Amino acid sequence: MTQAASSAGPVRPGIPAARPDAAAQAFGITPEDYMLPTRGQIQIIDEQGRVRPVAEQGTAPGHEYPLPEGPELLAAYERLVVGRRVNDQNSALVRQGRMAVYPSSHGQEACQVAAALCLREDDWLFPTYRDSVAVMTKGVDPVEAMTIFRGDWHGGYDPTRHKVGIQCTPLTTQLLHAVGVAHAAKLRGEDTVVLAMCGDGATSEGDFHEALNFAAVFQLPVVFFVQNNGYAISVPLSAQSAAPSLAHKAVGYGMAGERVDGNDLVALLAVLDRGVELARNGSGPLLVEAHTYRIQAHTNADDATRYREDAEVQAWLAKDPVTRMRAYLREGGLLDDAAEERIAAAAEATAATLRAGMNAEATIDPQDLFRYVYTTPTPQLVEQSVRLADELSREEDTK
Amino acid sequence: MSQTATPESTTTNVPAAAAAARQASSRAGSAGIPAVRPEPAATSASKPDLGPVTFAKALNTALADALEADPAVVMFGEDIGTLGGVFRITDGLTARFGRSRCFDTPLAESGIVGMAVGMAMNGMRPVIEMQFDAFAYPAFEQIASHVAKMHNRSRGRLKMPMVIRIPYAGGIGGVEHHCDSSESYYAHTPGLKVFVPATVADGYRMLREAIDSDDPVMFMEPKKLYFSKEKVDLEALRAEYEAGTSRTEGRAVVARAGTDATLIAYGPSVPVALAAAEAAAAEGRSIEVVDVRTIVPFDDETVCASVRKTGRAVVVAETPGFASVASEIVARVQERCFHSLAAPVLRVTGFDVPFPAPKLEHYFLPSVDRILDAVDDLQWED
Ligand SMILES: Cc1ncc(C[n+]2csc(CCOP(=O)(O)OP(=O)(O)O)c2C)c(N)n1
Ligand SMILES: [Mg+2]
Repeated sequence: MTQAASSAGPVRPGIPAARPDAAAQAFGITPEDYMLPTRGQIQIIDEQGRVRPVAEQGTAPGHEYPLPEGPELLAAYERLVVGRRVNDQNSALVRQGRMAVYPSSHGQEACQVAAALCLREDDWLFPTYRDSVAVMTKGVDPVEAMTIFRGDWHGGYDPTRHKVGIQCTPLTTQLLHAVGVAHAAKLRGEDTVVLAMCGDGATSEGDFHEALNFAAVFQLPVVFFVQNNGYAISVPLSAQSAAPSLAHKAVGYGMAGERVDGNDLVALLAVLDRGVELARNGSGPLLVEAHTYRIQAHTNADDATRYREDAEVQAWLAKDPVTRMRAYLREGGLLDDAAEERIAAAAEATAATLRAGMNAEATIDPQDLFRYVYTTPTPQLVEQSVRLADELSREEDTK
Repeated sequence: MSQTATPESTTTNVPAAAAAARQASSRAGSAGIPAVRPEPAATSASKPDLGPVTFAKALNTALADALEADPAVVMFGEDIGTLGGVFRITDGLTARFGRSRCFDTPLAESGIVGMAVGMAMNGMRPVIEMQFDAFAYPAFEQIASHVAKMHNRSRGRLKMPMVIRIPYAGGIGGVEHHCDSSESYYAHTPGLKVFVPATVADGYRMLREAIDSDDPVMFMEPKKLYFSKEKVDLEALRAEYEAGTSRTEGRAVVARAGTDATLIAYGPSVPVALAAAEAAAAEGRSIEVVDVRTIVPFDDETVCASVRKTGRAVVVAETPGFASVASEIVARVQERCFHSLAAPVLRVTGFDVPFPAPKLEHYFLPSVDRILDAVDDLQWED
């Protein structure tokens, strides 16, 4: 599974190679206007999948976003359909008892896909528990990615292979790891960009603040990507923050903020592609807030009817990112029946891989408990591992 | 708040502290200085003309040598750049190695540790400073949830070669939040190593080792020892370290040999234990002192060999005793040495109270008298 090649191309001319004030100058606006998000969300295709007139895309001077190219959009749509299938397959596997838990991103797949596709292969991604689809879109094997939710280990893939941090649960702690990875790269003179994800509720955490401040003070190439799905488990955003928008928080740190329709894959790609380029060129970090909605409960253990109305869910179903993107691509002649069939088959193949992987009995070695605590087990751990082995062999004997 | 704990005001040296401790003791008769542990070539014994070196200087030299030895080593923290740290442990490093190797960060301890985690993931070996023990608490989540667990979580694919240096513990008349003994929190967290040097030479050796370790190390620096002096040859220490002949990890050391009872101590309590042993010698009791050096990994062998030999033991530590490293050592010794013991293993620790204000700290800290009283309680037949 590789990411769309289109995002790995050379940096476009016209993007300034310096701090935010130089970026502002190149866009012909003041640094404040560069940092301040637009008044509304950037939206390029509307809820029916039609391209909005440029004047109605929510843009502002210096905040204009060209429509991404057709092939990039088609490749992204394929990942979108696969992502939706992954979410639904995993939720089913939880119901069947094959997985312990799955925080679904159903409804947020456009964000998931864009977060991975805007990056180069050697760029890093720092996901949360909800971002399994982004993880797979960056190239991680689906079954390895799901190990964490099947319950056989706390992480199932090699983070260095596809440059994807292990899905992080302590809210926003991973944003600082993103900052550290970017800082190391900068010190070595590499042009790596890091994209770090978190939710709306998580923006209240202390590490969110510390990460954004560090990234701005050290001018690090980090794109902070907030999926604002309106809720932190049961708590609505209004109880979380009094800021005009989460993107506005960027200004206080001296970085650029932008808001985008998180169910519009076209707008997401446009905004994130430019954000990544700006970060790569030394314009400092950025904060992108995407407005979206979690259609399913927080996890399978949650009962969303206790804190939100069905009408709200219905309204968001009408803005579904997959339906919208499909309508747009069909309308523009970018997606024909053959392509649809191919994409549906790819989604089915991934679902089948997941089913096979999750239905297979995981091989579990109890000695793994001791193996990775330190690079070399301490004498105390060696003692304990011997004790466990002995205990298990005695159990074996009495069977 | 740190004025009360500037390098000047914290100046203490081991012999002076020991002398003061003895003076405070109503029973110590000996005027001798504590016996020097048997040391390898690096100590003064073979080179009487060596100048005295402070613990701070030894740490500073270790940091400089590590920066020199490995371009992946990078240091950051609060005031450690231009100023050289509030205790001057990083003095001169920014000037010598540049701002990309040793620099100041915004004031955010979780940020410092979290950024170090990311750097360690991406090929660096961060050595970071928490300004004081209690100011490391904002970073506890990063330490407990990531520094300690990343290697395990990733099945060894991500290593965390980082050192978190913490000036710690009391005995300096410091105000609140500047004197905590926080080692037990870290020792209780699987995945962390915990090093606590007690001598100038070990300061150098153990810091070099911590930086070269592929596991994360909590490096606890007893701040009352920063300006203690010993005659050590830093050149020789460096040569020994580079030759690999001075390893300390998982190796406790007999700091003073004896036959009648064992005092088990680490970090700031080692000089106090040595002073107590000296005072006991004047009363005709031969006390062995074991310096634990690395709490994690713990050297059961050396500790238990000593206790089996003497048959009696007291654990000395500044930390509140309840559920502490001292409790752990007592438990381990009783589990392993029960049949060699002539008396229960006792503890002399801080009380189970928040670290006291400067005018009360001497009531709290383990003292020579308290240690000697505990030794007296070890069920002697005579
Ligand atoms: C530090 C911390 N506190 C609490 C939790 C428990 N928790 C898990 S998810 C969550 C809600 C997070 O909401 P948000 O950031 O909006 O992300 P979403 O789940 O909506 O994607 C909470 C409170 C946690 N994981 N970490
Ligand atoms: Mg949310």
